[in-house]
Amino acid sequence: MDLPKTISEAREGLIKKKYSCLELTKGYLSKIKKENKNLNDFLNLTEKLALEQAGKIDDKISSRSKIGPLEGIPMAIKDNILIEGYKTTAGSKILEKYIAPYDATIITKLKEAGVVILGKTNLDEFAMGSSTENSAYGVVKNPLDINRVPGGSSGGSAVAVAANHCLAALGSDTGGSIRQPAAFCGITGFKPSYGAVSRCGLIAMASSLDQIGPLANNIEDIQLIFNVIKGKDFLDSTSVALGKLRNSGRNLRVGIPKEFFGQGIDLKLRGKVEKEINGFSNLGFEIKEISLPCSEYALAVYYIIMTAEVSANLARYDGIKYGFSKKERNLLENYLKTRAAGLGEEPRRRIMLGTYVLSAGYRDAYYNKAQKVRALIRQEFERVFKEVDFILTPTTPTPAFKIGERKDPLSMYLSDIYTVPVNLAGLPAISLPCGKIDGLPIGLQIIGPQFKDDSVLEIAQIYEQFHQ
Amino acid sequence: MISKEQMEHIAKLARIELAKEEKEKLTNELSSILDYFEKLNQIDTSKVGPINQVTGLLNITRGDEIRSTKSEIRNKILKEAPSKKGDYYKVPKILE
Repeated sequence: MDLPKTISEAREGLIKKKYSCLELTKGYLSKIKKENKNLNDFLNLTEKLALEQAGKIDDKISSRSKIGPLEGIPMAIKDNILIEGYKTTAGSKILEKYIAPYDATIITKLKEAGVVILGKTNLDEFAMGSSTENSAYGVVKNPLDINRVPGGSSGGSAVAVAANHCLAALGSDTGGSIRQPAAFCGITGFKPSYGAVSRCGLIAMASSLDQIGPLANNIEDIQLIFNVIKGKDFLDSTSVALGKLRNSGRNLRVGIPKEFFGQGIDLKLRGKVEKEINGFSNLGFEIKEISLPCSEYALAVYYIIMTAEVSANLARYDGIKYGFSKKERNLLENYLKTRAAGLGEEPRRRIMLGTYVLSAGYRDAYYNKAQKVRALIRQEFERVFKEVDFILTPTTPTPAFKIGERKDPLSMYLSDIYTVPVNLAGLPAISLPCGKIDGLPIGLQIIGPQFKDDSVLEIAQIYEQFHQ
Repeated sequence: MISKEQMEHIAKLARIELAKEEKEKLTNELSSILDYFEKLNQIDTSKVGPINQVTGLLNITRGDEIRSTKSEIRNKILKEAPSKKGDYYKVPKILE
């Protein structure tokens, strides 16, 4: 069967009985089974759950009940989000056999909305990476060029959408992990404001930065999923309820931060993004050059705060409560050997770095300093958002790079240079496909003021319509 | 540059055993990342306080009430323990 490309197309097919939900679900499952050997985007399928849900939706359709906007829609979930009764590995050996004992809040919401969950997608171990080369379960490949990375850490989710293995997927974004792979795979990825979506049941990486969001083929689909997953949750005390904030009209001002077009950017990519941005003036937007001088320091701030939080969050993998254990008789030996054997190279590197920046004698120089610069970065965005309604930048400085190309950790970290400031300030941002250079897709990033998630999506929709 | 002793101290704090080659590799990598962090010293932060979150939420509390937890969830959580005895986690001896 011809699989649909968007949620609205699938819905129409279900309502008009072009296919049943079971047929649709099986269509996706068989495509995944055929192509996953090559792309490695899925770690596990949740086949039983998917078929049960699909059966229920078919009963509903045949009894002529109306179906909701996401009912019967096949989706994929990043494997750092808990689905009760199924393996959740976070891409790590230390959780190889871990069965989630409960559903993440957003999974409960998706199940209630009638979503058909197909399976769990591959990721950099504990979401630590920008290429999905760091998974303990193998490298994920970019479907547009299998010699290149799909980006990361939500590489599996981005590939699943781009390869039409599902209609949409959930990812998590700590420093760009939804937006960067979306850009590399030519799809749309949205990181909501920090707190807009509950993190209960998301395996923690850096708790003051992590945020869950959708990846899909268009803005309408992103909005439909966001409407379902957002909201305050009793089980996540950092979650907030968003008000309905829409833009007033089309006399909006677009800010272009000059610091995002400087050193390290691919020149062809810069030319293409600048051309797309100029197109915004034809849409009636006023374009204004702005300056975010502290963004130069964002990556350093990010790698201090994130690794500090990582070192605390990953202390839970102690070989006692759950996960892999060496079962040594001596307590200290058990910690040392369990964590050495169970955690991969990148988590170990980040734990070491985070432990260092928090250790006695260094905390002031690194961690406390970084938190102060984080405050400055946030203030700078607040100041700029008095002058402009939203900000446009490239999502990444280069298109997808080759597998194995970036061996030095610092060069890998630099691929997140345009996305990390957004997480440090807790802002909503989306990456939209904006064409290709040398056959490789690139992304345009729209950043909005805190909690104005719906206005970011509204602007994205205007751009998308114009682009088609 | 991080010294060998510092590296061993940090590894112990982090409860990770490092092989000799990894220790050398990590020393070089962490040193170059820490050099990169030095650029933060270019910014004057004498007039700014640190932030550790961005939501603006303050003192989120809940009533001190017992919420019923389904015993099946409790059992599922316990089932994940590498080593247990009855309904208890079994841990290595702490006091010798």
